[in-house]
Amino acid sequence: MSTEAKQQPPAQKRKEKGTPSDNGADAASAKDLAGTTPEVRRELLHSMLLQRRFEERCAEAYALGKIGGFCHLYIGQEAISTGVMSMIRPDDYVITAYRDHGQALARGISPRAVMAELFGRDAGTSGGKGGSMHIFDAKTNFLGGHGIVGGHVPIAAGVGFAIKYRRGNQLCICFFGEAAVNIGAFHEALNLASLWDLPVIFIIENNRYGMGTAISRSTANEDVLIRAKGYRMEGESVDGQDVFAVRECMARAVERARKEKRPTLIEMRTYRFMGHSMSDAVSGTYRTKDELEENMKRDPVLVLHNKMYESGELTEGDMHKIDDEAKAIAQDAWDFADASPEPPLEKLYTDVYTDTSS
Amino acid sequence: MAVVTYRDALTQALREELQRDDRVFLMGEEVAQYNGAYKVSKGLLDEFGPMRIVDTPITELGFAGVGVGAAMVGLRPIVEFMTWNFALLAIDEVVNAAAKMLYMSGGQYKMPMVFRGPNGAALQLGAQHSQAWESWLAHIPGLKVCTPGTPADAKGLLKSAIRDDNPVVFLEGEMLYNTKGEVPEGEHIVPIGVADLKREGDHCSVITHGKMALVAMRVADDLAKEGINIDVVDLRTVRPIDVDAIARSVQKTNRAVVLEEGWEICGMGSQVVDFIQRECFDDLDAPVLRVHQEDVPMPYAKNLERAAKPDAGKTVAAIKKVMYLD
Repeated sequence: MSTEAKQQPPAQKRKEKGTPSDNGADAASAKDLAGTTPEVRRELLHSMLLQRRFEERCAEAYALGKIGGFCHLYIGQEAISTGVMSMIRPDDYVITAYRDHGQALARGISPRAVMAELFGRDAGTSGGKGGSMHIFDAKTNFLGGHGIVGGHVPIAAGVGFAIKYRRGNQLCICFFGEAAVNIGAFHEALNLASLWDLPVIFIIENNRYGMGTAISRSTANEDVLIRAKGYRMEGESVDGQDVFAVRECMARAVERARKEKRPTLIEMRTYRFMGHSMSDAVSGTYRTKDELEENMKRDPVLVLHNKMYESGELTEGDMHKIDDEAKAIAQDAWDFADASPEPPLEKLYTDVYTDTSS
Repeated sequence: MAVVTYRDALTQALREELQRDDRVFLMGEEVAQYNGAYKVSKGLLDEFGPMRIVDTPITELGFAGVGVGAAMVGLRPIVEFMTWNFALLAIDEVVNAAAKMLYMSGGQYKMPMVFRGPNGAALQLGAQHSQAWESWLAHIPGLKVCTPGTPADAKGLLKSAIRDDNPVVFLEGEMLYNTKGEVPEGEHIVPIGVADLKREGDHCSVITHGKMALVAMRVADDLAKEGINIDVVDLRTVRPIDVDAIARSVQKTNRAVVLEEGWEICGMGSQVVDFIQRECFDDLDAPVLRVHQEDVPMPYAKNLERAAKPDAGKTVAAIKKVMYLD
């Protein structure tokens, strides 16, 4: 979305507010705004705007051929990454699928290193060997960026197993799209996590399309949360466009993981504003422009902005300042990546094996 | 030296490594209360408890992924597949996750783990339970693949595999578990990637691995009575492959037969023959021949199964052919 869109006149916002939301989440979360300090709310806004501005530059870099291969943008889903990461500790673990840039930034990984990875440069998070779908960062316990739908969900259970094995009180966050609920790995992982009481929070980012296939065309029971019941697991469905609703739901799941050592399945209802990947036109052949536009009215950045604006704590000047900062960081990441050398050819053969043993 | 079964040699290796490092744990179907489908983990639950000897549901993809996740954050899992045939359901975790994690992460995440279980045909188990997977797995950069044929190699290689910081595929044999052999007392380690010359002769090289090493040794002993002396090069690991050991032997004998349990097309033997033609082109006195399973799914009927498998008779015939004795 453009900065202009975020600065719509109050009349537009009132109309927006009057629109019935998915389940009244906006009304519910208005009270939760009080649960955060203005400083925290600014940080949330900054985190979401950084992802937005960074990925807008990704699209531009892709068009210029600076980023290659597959590149899946997260635009429209930023309240989830920001809300989730704001509720966990640095020593917790995060694992995700291939739409991973936003989550990497929200986790606090250097925008420079992420952009350099996308550009295929030596200074990237994986030294240019991973690419867009494989962002890893051991410093922030970010366990990747995985490219096979559902394949990383059992890995999250394994991280939970290791936490239990060591009697730790960390937890593991596992993000995946709603299309992953139809793959065996998801079911095997949920069964093990519940059977063994593993501290894993499984987050379905339900953006309603697995690539170009609508959930109604892929999933016999569109209520994806019902799958929690099949595995005797607590589950919750939440408005993923509202960062406060995401946080509130996460608070319960985090408590459950740390105190009861139990997993949770959360459906976060969201919408992808861009195509599946760069080869897919924004609205594509599988969804209408009207549907896209309707959903863009609940842009997660706009939802947060409006709440802060209405509460009087955010002026348009503040908004400009935060946005300019985000743009500057994205520009700095671009400049850094662009100036960074390609990986030296001798690194082709490193990291296939480690020569260490215990 | 004590004479022990291949099974007991594996159990010794597991017990010693579980005692040595409390990050090591064993996970798989029936490994704990049942004592292991093939009793390789017998007694380990009592000694190490249910957090380290972990019974899983029948969920290969799930528990292989659990192993990967646990390895990523510093544990040292041993994932047992009841047979490698079942591991096909989990192959995404072996190939796409374990093998590539170090590379994709630019060296940030090591995978200190072992995937182990019986591989290859037993007796009359039919098409889905009688397959040798090493050429599939050896194809993948990032994996190491061990194929021990004797109790001593089984113990020494398993200990190396558990201590290795890379993902190691460890292929045992249902028909091997009851075989006996001498195993050195005390700490016994066999390095990964080093072949073993199990018989010495200068008439022909037989290059082999796994269960077929036993066949090759029997053939060597039989042919010695006819005055034919063969080198038996037991690769012991098929990734990495000890190319130097292959070259040394073939440069000495000038003739080679490559013997394996799996199928012909893209089999391990294809790779060995490629190494031989590159390293020993001017040394060869005859084309290299291969002995392998016939190019059919494994039949059930006893006579058909026997005909499908590589065996001593087929190996002898190949050796005599490369020696121009037939």
